[in-house]
Amino acid sequence: MNYKMIIHMLGQVCLFEALFMILPLFVSLIYRETDGYAYLITMAFCLLFGFLSSRIKVKNKKIYGREGLVIVAFSWIILSLFGCLPFFLSGDIPYFTNALFETVSGFTTTGSSILTDVEALSKTNLFWRSFTHWIGGMGVLVFILALLPMKTGGTGMHIMRAESPGPSVSKLVPKVKTTAMILYAIYLSITVIQIIVMLCAGTPLFDAITLSFGSAGTGGFSIKNDGLAGYSNLQQSIVTVAMILFGVNFSLYHLLIRKKFSQAFKMTEVWTYLAIIAVSTLLITLNVSHLFPSLYEAFHHTAFQVASIITTTGYSTTDFNTWPPLAQTILVIIMFIGACAGSTGGGIKVSRIILLLKGVRKEILMICHPRSVKKIKMDGHTVSHEVIRSINAFIIVYAVIFIISLLIISLDSKDLVTNFTAVAATLNNIGPGLNIVGPAGNFNSFSDLSKYVLMFDMLAGRLELMPMLILFVPSTWKK
Amino acid sequence: MNIIIVGCGKVGDTLAEQLSGEDNDVTVIDRDYSAVQALAEKYDIMGIVGSGTDHNVLKEAGVENSDLLIAVTGSDERNLLCCLIAKKAGNCQTIARVRNPEFNRQIRYIKEELGLAMVINPEYAAAKEISRILGFPSAIKIETFAKGRAEVLKFRIPPDSLLDNLRVSEITTKLHCNEVLICTVERGEQVIIPDGNFTLKEKDIVSIVASPKKAKQFFKAIKIQTNQVKDAIIIGGGKITFYLAQQLLAMGIDVKIIEINRTRCEELSELLPQATVICGDGVNKELLMEEGLTRADSFVTLTNMDEENILLSLFAKSKNDNMNIITKINSIDFYEVINNLDLDSIIYPKHVTAENIVRFVRAMKNSIGSNVETLHHLVDNKVEALEFCIRENAPVLNTPLEKLRLKSNLLIGCINRNGTIITPKGQDMLIMGDTVVVITTNKGLNDIKDILKD
Repeated sequence: MNYKMIIHMLGQVCLFEALFMILPLFVSLIYRETDGYAYLITMAFCLLFGFLSSRIKVKNKKIYGREGLVIVAFSWIILSLFGCLPFFLSGDIPYFTNALFETVSGFTTTGSSILTDVEALSKTNLFWRSFTHWIGGMGVLVFILALLPMKTGGTGMHIMRAESPGPSVSKLVPKVKTTAMILYAIYLSITVIQIIVMLCAGTPLFDAITLSFGSAGTGGFSIKNDGLAGYSNLQQSIVTVAMILFGVNFSLYHLLIRKKFSQAFKMTEVWTYLAIIAVSTLLITLNVSHLFPSLYEAFHHTAFQVASIITTTGYSTTDFNTWPPLAQTILVIIMFIGACAGSTGGGIKVSRIILLLKGVRKEILMICHPRSVKKIKMDGHTVSHEVIRSINAFIIVYAVIFIISLLIISLDSKDLVTNFTAVAATLNNIGPGLNIVGPAGNFNSFSDLSKYVLMFDMLAGRLELMPMLILFVPSTWKK
Repeated sequence: MNIIIVGCGKVGDTLAEQLSGEDNDVTVIDRDYSAVQALAEKYDIMGIVGSGTDHNVLKEAGVENSDLLIAVTGSDERNLLCCLIAKKAGNCQTIARVRNPEFNRQIRYIKEELGLAMVINPEYAAAKEISRILGFPSAIKIETFAKGRAEVLKFRIPPDSLLDNLRVSEITTKLHCNEVLICTVERGEQVIIPDGNFTLKEKDIVSIVASPKKAKQFFKAIKIQTNQVKDAIIIGGGKITFYLAQQLLAMGIDVKIIEINRTRCEELSELLPQATVICGDGVNKELLMEEGLTRADSFVTLTNMDEENILLSLFAKSKNDNMNIITKINSIDFYEVINNLDLDSIIYPKHVTAENIVRFVRAMKNSIGSNVETLHHLVDNKVEALEFCIRENAPVLNTPLEKLRLKSNLLIGCINRNGTIITPKGQDMLIMGDTVVVITTNKGLNDIKDILKD
């Protein structure tokens, strides 16, 4: 274990967090809110830690896969610990566990909230809360990789692989740094476009920015108590489209920019993802049409909800707690599927589901023709055995974490639907579940223990399980 | 530059390390998933699993926007085909590794007809390196600069040499050798770029920069022989042996080849009628003594086993201390350990290949923006000797060298002014049109201005 390098990277993360906090500081100046001081204090802490860790001389900058995982896991924990201080210090969320829960939920782009009255928060805190989504969406370490000069071979790749979602993370271009820059450039441009379109649709600037942050990171924190219900149909539709776009594998955009259209339109994952959205929307629209005045109205809200859930954003325009069982069941199923790999969304990921199903088909074929040799292919490439194996392991680990979390939080003696969807909503980084944790409810009534379990689930879900799990393996810590 | 490397073997690995470290965008292609994975994890490069002769795979690797494709898979035909496709698909420069002697005879024709920028034959390159050393046996390694006018020579200080316990500044005063500059000293695992007060010790491996004439005078002064060897015993009859024997015979050196395989012996004796081919086991002590190990001038171990080569060389060293011994080693992983053994010269064919290609890439980059004329690696990959051309507007122009704020671990080895080699002193200035050789442990210098502190 290269402890010095880990501490060095964590220091960098702190320095960048201080940098991020300049933005809410500006907001507090614009709205003349006194909460800015909480950010100043936090920035001081971040800078102090960052400065102290930069005093440690790192001679050996070589890191391997496990250091990459540990760096990512700890970065996110530290990011959340410092990130929650402004909520706590400004007194808007006076209880520390709640402040931490809200921040973890923000950075992991979950969007589960413990707040009963969102509108009571100051503008500064509302801004920071949404901004954490934006940072968390593409990943803070990817951001650091894009900006910091790194000349140590595979170092960057180990970190990037640990932070980016998807079964096999590949680069867009040969250099990690350029790849990270391209990803952030695409991310930033689509966000800015969304803000501009939202403004054109008559949204106030503050709302346009915070909502765009939430949909870009597929987060889901809204700044109103009723979610997005208060906005016009047009504004809601813009968010629907934006969410779907952010759930697409970003390498598609890269291929489009480089004018490789034929390759771009052959991406099985994106087509499957769009097909799932279309089918789910159709089925739910038919199922809920009697609840709405017109079929269009039913379609509009269904499309929004489906996009919000499958991209693991978690915005809502209507309380789907009151929807019929079939509609709710479909929503819960697409909670697990999640968005595309290489997007900002969470969940199991469409590509993993496709490969799993192909794997199952292969196994069935093997029973009929025991000597048959068959390779699993996707987008014309043979998928290596290692990738399939890691997906199988992922699913098992996923199920185990799910079951253990469900067991622990059921100590709170809430009903099964609440518990089940609470774990599903946090592990898949969605936000709202059903019943008590539905779109109109919140996570405040859980015990502290459950809240920490759910925080772990959010981090594990965002970082694709392994980085969080490796922290519990003793051999990780041996020199 | 955008570079595609096809083949992730040892040469591909070394190339990927070198080229990605020098700020190129490197993409590697191999059919073996785990080989690609291993490289992509070690270096900052992109890996693609697939066949390098597949047009689609090359397209995916971005052949259209590439400047250079290097084909170093195990098969000659595959390498050539790969270069051919890349040339048509992307109009990039191509380098192929071609090692079959059959192709080697018509290599010029192949190179020109297929439009290859460079063809590298690892065995031939290694043989060339060995024959150069045997032509100037006291040096472990010789690199030439300024079109042969300046040389960097590497040698080990023998016991009881005049250089033992001599300070670097005393070379001029005590030995009366001007125009010779000590540029690096290897002591154990350490590499030092010495200043005037540095004291040399026996067994240090020293490299010097000088013109060939001055170098000869210097070796005379320290009483080291400089004539080429008279005869050579070569163990193993592989491809390197064939090329080497050919070259040595042309230089007028007697060659004795010991090879275990009868058919190969017959082949060799047919191809090299002037050489003495002995069919026998090179690891047989009796045979070696019988064939005159103790009287031979030089001894080259070229079997396929690194361990065997090392043991044979150590044995030869113990029997005949005045002999020039050259050991071929394939694995580059244990450089430090091997270097500590008392072996004279060591040849790493894979390294030689990679180095030749890197040199070509540097020269190519030169035409795009970097100003490196030639590049040599002096100590494994730790020290580089680079030749720069001084152009207009160079920040080092017309300033006495002692006033330049040079980076640490950097040394100006020699200046070539209109064909005269000048060993620089503090008062010397660089003027336009000079080429200078810079010795440094800092990697990735691209321009003469990079020698200054930021």
